[in-house]
Amino acid sequence: MTWRGRDRNAVKDLAQEAGLFRVRAAEGFLIIAICLAVLLARYAWLQVLRHDEFSGRADENRIKLKPLPPSRGLIYDRNGVLLAENILDYRLELIPEQVGDIDEALQRLGKVIAISADDRDQFEALRKVKRRFHNIPLRYALSEQEVSRFALERHRFPGVEVVPYLTRFYPHGSDFAHVIGYVARIDSDDRERLEEARYSATTHIGKTGIERYYEDLLLGDVGYERIETNAEGRALRVLGRVPSKPGQHLRLSIDANLQRATVAAFAGRTGAAVAIDPRNGEVLAMVSQPAFDPNLFVNGISRRDYAALLNAVQRPLYNRAVLGGYEPGSTIKPFIGLMGLRLGLRTPETTIWSSGEFHLPGQSAVWRDWKRGGHGSVNLREALAQSVNTYFYGLAVDTGIDRMEPEMRAFGFGAPTGLDLTGEPFGVVPSRSWKQKRFGKTWYPGETVIAGIGQGYWVVTPVQLAHALATLAARWVSHPPHLLLSLQAGIDAQPQPVPIAADGPPIVASPEMWDAIREGMEAVMHSPTGTARAFGIDAPYRIAGKSGTAQRARRRGNQEYNENTTPEHLRHQALFVAFAPTDAPTIAVAVVVEHGSSGSKAAAPVARAILDAYLLKPKSEMSP
Amino acid sequence: MLGFAVLFVFARIPPTVFRTWTPWFYAITVLLLAAVLVFGEGRGAHRWLDFKVVRFQPSEFAKLALPMMVAWYLHARALPPTWRNLAVCALLIGLPAGLIMDQPDLGTALLVLASGAFAVFLAGLGWGRIALIVGAAMATLPVLWQGMHEYQRNRVRMFLDPEADPLGNGWNIIQSQIAVGSGGVVGKGWLGSTQARLDFLPEHTTDFIFAVYSEEFGLIGVVAIIAAYLFIIGRGLWIAANARDTYSRLLAGSISMTFFVYVMVNGGMIAGLMPVVGVPMPLVSYGGTSAVSLLAGFGILMSIHAHRLRGR
Repeated sequence: MTWRGRDRNAVKDLAQEAGLFRVRAAEGFLIIAICLAVLLARYAWLQVLRHDEFSGRADENRIKLKPLPPSRGLIYDRNGVLLAENILDYRLELIPEQVGDIDEALQRLGKVIAISADDRDQFEALRKVKRRFHNIPLRYALSEQEVSRFALERHRFPGVEVVPYLTRFYPHGSDFAHVIGYVARIDSDDRERLEEARYSATTHIGKTGIERYYEDLLLGDVGYERIETNAEGRALRVLGRVPSKPGQHLRLSIDANLQRATVAAFAGRTGAAVAIDPRNGEVLAMVSQPAFDPNLFVNGISRRDYAALLNAVQRPLYNRAVLGGYEPGSTIKPFIGLMGLRLGLRTPETTIWSSGEFHLPGQSAVWRDWKRGGHGSVNLREALAQSVNTYFYGLAVDTGIDRMEPEMRAFGFGAPTGLDLTGEPFGVVPSRSWKQKRFGKTWYPGETVIAGIGQGYWVVTPVQLAHALATLAARWVSHPPHLLLSLQAGIDAQPQPVPIAADGPPIVASPEMWDAIREGMEAVMHSPTGTARAFGIDAPYRIAGKSGTAQRARRRGNQEYNENTTPEHLRHQALFVAFAPTDAPTIAVAVVVEHGSSGSKAAAPVARAILDAYLLKPKSEMSP
Repeated sequence: MLGFAVLFVFARIPPTVFRTWTPWFYAITVLLLAAVLVFGEGRGAHRWLDFKVVRFQPSEFAKLALPMMVAWYLHARALPPTWRNLAVCALLIGLPAGLIMDQPDLGTALLVLASGAFAVFLAGLGWGRIALIVGAAMATLPVLWQGMHEYQRNRVRMFLDPEADPLGNGWNIIQSQIAVGSGGVVGKGWLGSTQARLDFLPEHTTDFIFAVYSEEFGLIGVVAIIAAYLFIIGRGLWIAANARDTYSRLLAGSISMTFFVYVMVNGGMIAGLMPVVGVPMPLVSYGGTSAVSLLAGFGILMSIHAHRLRGR
């Protein structure tokens, strides 16, 4: 009571209170007005002075560029047969944000669609680099059954979608595996090399073969869609688009029918064959056996399949036609023979005596003919027909290794031929300097002797051999071998021929010299003494051929070679080269059959089958 | 709808009736606030009371109860208030404000605090004392900081540097400024807000609606609406100045000035001038009990205006 009483002591002056209130209200209003003015100033600052900045950020917020993948160029053979195409396939994609518990969802999903450990690993790797609302592929190449099975269960899997996409398909499977190669998913090694922007929408890249060599042409140009997205990154509508530009279609010089016939001719044996049109260097067929199904690689090969390919003794992934290094053996003899004519050391009629043994003056070492007791008196023609070693031993010694080397290089041995595939090796043309560099040792005269029959340090690839033979068949004009024939921007566009590497320097030789070599090689096939007469006798066209046998086991010791007791991988390699028809050659082939008995027995029938397939094909197949 | 019903009912009740019931109203409010702390529900913060028939936030009551109570208390006393009276006012204000802050609901606590403080200010508190009180309040800021919840502290931190966490806590601040800034002088037009339509702006129908408004109508729209608010506040203070007695004056003045706090805090938050606090933009933000209490406040203003002193 007391405090209230004391409080009431203060006089309550109503008029003065009202006045005081008015002052306060005015002051308050003033303060409020100032505060709101500050607020307005802030809005003006944001909306006028920083308008451009924030407009940009609002657009940045909502407009995203979505790259559109270009469709990869198709690959045709010379007659328009499709070798690599793009087919519609389905893949399974997950959006982590919408799925929620991914492990649990994958568990359930696994009961509907098979998901391998590989798939999961790939998925997890991608998940780390993608945002939560992005689609991440989980399984590629779903089968029709899988697609329909998922469609039934779809409601149980929010955030999981079946998405159509274009995938590479090789309709001929393993037949073209080493020519076309394959595409596969871009890996981290690829990412370091490639131009990021061009591949922003592309998932696959050429890994081997034509797919790799002409990656640039096949890829095409990426397009863009400007899409409006919401805050979660989901696309709402398309504001504009720059369409992607498909890659160029490639037309190859390969003849699909010939290629298939070549594969068939090997009948499962290991080896390689290359067929070239000597008139222009176009590669007509290129086979390496065994091969593999390139389709396995496109959407990720399983570890088991890959291990099987990698560990196979026959090495199916290895492209023997381009990379394989072989001793040419007696297939070198036509080139050595020509060397003798060109250098004036021999004439076509010069005869030598084959006693079955060859000695260097003052040395005890013996080099033999393959025929015990020798071939008797032979000229160049017979030396080629019967593959008389002694003739070429002597010629090599007379020439000398230093003059032999450039003669051989003129045919393209010892250097990449320039074929449009990556990784072509040099091979080896025996020479003093090469041996010095490689082994640090001086040259022995005996090594010149065996170089004359394509043995010793010689290493050639099937492509080099075919190219050298094509050069010979074209009367010494060297057309660099190539696979690409023309380009097409689109399916209905005019094919554009591609520039072809300039011809090599012509080898100066007279028509008589060519005839002499040709006659010798024809005799191999068609004369009663020819080493491969069994495979030329019934041919409706004239063939010039030469067999060769590389003695793989020779370097492993001095024991006698026996075809039946030697392990297969140490057995001789059979080689055969041939061109036809001899009056106007249109095809030159080189065949290697690994672990074959001899060139004339194992490789000649393959070569003959190739020639038949090409020269005896029905007319209807010749037009595209 | 309920809001307008309340508005018209309150407009019919003479201020003297309000004055009579004020202490009871205040007491009930404080009790309910205490009850919320014990029985309340709501996400994260306990703000709601569920009486089966009606669910409501007692803190909304406090927005009216507090200025009424302060006005009631000061009405009977000589003005400007003495230190002793001030201390009592501080208690009257502090009790509900503290309870609301505990829910926790910083925005409403701030509004309630402001409404009481404005009543005291309008009662003619000397500038010297105001300075002293403000100084003392500043001194307690570190203590307040300690008492804040972590999410509230984050809001303040983000206000100071929103770009530090643009996808997390800074998101709202950045996106609302982008909305405002991209609106420019004339705006993007009605329904033209991309920030809202594409969900970049959270809560764009409630606390952040003014950002959408700014984006769509630009600076011109902002100036217009702020001018309208200023007019409402001025009109409210005019009504207060002409009110019949001290109670009505203080109450009307306080309600008007609290209106300003809504505008300032919400507008400031959207423009990045203030931390993110859950205060709606009056009459623009969508629904909620806060609209009801606002309209109730206008009802009281109308009642006071209807019973003003005439002929002066």
